[in-house]
Amino acid sequence: MNKLWIVLTYAVFTVLLIIPLVRMTTAAFSGGLGELGAALSRPEALHAFMMTALVVVTVTILNTLLGMMTAVYLVRGNWMSRWLRRLMNSLVDLPYAVSPVIGGLMIVLLLGPGSAAGAFFDHIGFKIVYAFPGMVIATLFVTFPLMVREVMPVLQEIGTQQEEAASTLGAYSWTTFWKVTWPSIRWAVIYGLVLTIARALGEFGAVLVVSGNIINRTQTATTLIYQDVENFNVTSANGAALVLAAFSIGLMLLMEWAKKRRGVH
Amino acid sequence: MNTLLRHKGWTWGFRSTLLLYFLLLVILPLLGVYYHSLSEGWRQFAESITDPIAWKAVWLTVRLALVAAVINMLIGTMIGWVLVRCRFPGRTLLNSLVDLPFALPTAVGGLMILLLLGPASWVGQAAGALGFDIVFHPPAIIIAMVFVTFPFVIRAVQPLLEEIDPSEEEAARTLGASGFRVFFQVVLPSMLPGILSGGMLAFSRALAEFGAVVLVAGNIPGRTLVASVYIYGEVESDHTAGAAAVSVLLLTLSFIILWVVNWVQTRGKNQ
Repeated sequence: MNKLWIVLTYAVFTVLLIIPLVRMTTAAFSGGLGELGAALSRPEALHAFMMTALVVVTVTILNTLLGMMTAVYLVRGNWMSRWLRRLMNSLVDLPYAVSPVIGGLMIVLLLGPGSAAGAFFDHIGFKIVYAFPGMVIATLFVTFPLMVREVMPVLQEIGTQQEEAASTLGAYSWTTFWKVTWPSIRWAVIYGLVLTIARALGEFGAVLVVSGNIINRTQTATTLIYQDVENFNVTSANGAALVLAAFSIGLMLLMEWAKKRRGVH
Repeated sequence: MNTLLRHKGWTWGFRSTLLLYFLLLVILPLLGVYYHSLSEGWRQFAESITDPIAWKAVWLTVRLALVAAVINMLIGTMIGWVLVRCRFPGRTLLNSLVDLPFALPTAVGGLMILLLLGPASWVGQAAGALGFDIVFHPPAIIIAMVFVTFPFVIRAVQPLLEEIDPSEEEAARTLGASGFRVFFQVVLPSMLPGILSGGMLAFSRALAEFGAVVLVAGNIPGRTLVASVYIYGEVESDHTAGAAAVSVLLLTLSFIILWVVNWVQTRGKNQ
């Protein structure tokens, strides 16, 4: 009886995950290595990958720092009233519930050319929407919960005893953080980091709306794939998709390895 | 150095930066959409959402997402159960593979489905010969939604299954219950909160999905045009008021679902 279910499970995995992945890989190599190389070394493809890399690096740095801070304040911030903390805690998950396209639309509405803030920034010569800053904001919005949600449970679990002990022994709050808190949240921060990179790498909807998908200016790897497919240039899309897939699978394996090393799961 | 680091200004600086960041990044944009959808008055809002193309897109999305969530609840329950209860070669590998749809960029997921089922592939050609349409029609949209939301139910069910005390099942078995009866009366009830909350998360994610869907969805109103693609089209043609109105509908729906999930989970914990 159990055999039937195991076979069915294998069938679902094969049909839904493995065959599509294999099909994409073979399609990317179907024209030979030369064609794959040509598709990837087009100037717009190189620029798109550079844009993606820039966005990923900026977002990862900002989201790691601010996400850690948010987690610390939400768990330890006694200066906020209880209901404010509870409210903020439930608002952290908001970006999960929002469609990426809507996330992008929000930023266009708030900072786009039609809004007061957008007009102001335009006036001082600082473009946000359809430019790099808007893309960073869109990706930050989408990745916001990842770091917070990884770090918060660990902070709750370790409690405040050790930190209190350190500060009664005379340690400054910075020293307490680095010597006591940081070692215990380190792994959670690494998980959050990997998740943030993966999500920022693959972000599509929000970036598409905010960037305007301008070739050689604001096009990222994912929006390049979209444009290639729309232009019936599927072979070139495969090349970029293969690179992105390889990166994200690599990140996934890294995560698995990190978890195994820590002995969780 | 230390006196500099201990200055009160740091604390205040950090606190206000954080609150400001939170406000600007999460709260203000959201209020902006609700505000913008109503900026031209209730009449305009009502007109935007009663536009047949708009409400048909939302209705289609809800129906397709529901189908995708139900499919996921069925295969997710099965896979979760198999991965926890059965020992077989390749189990760890499959268990790691579950997260693949979360790791892959959604546009890549959409491209994979397009390659596999598109008009150029043999599946697409076979279906075309039989008179079916897959890509740019509901079946491909549902497949894309199932692909993207695949891990939700499995990951919600697994911890619950691991927690079940095996002695309950053994007791049922020694009392003479058949395998099916044990599953439906002992195992399934304890999995149910996970199946439901995982299914609802999958539903809300499928409602919101854009990347995988945009590559395989069509643009026939009421038949193949889904809400997120409709919103994107409105933004592209500069009808932000219409886009905001449909966004508000979708957002409100997602919030209600999230709230229910939260409620189910806290209720499950209290019991």
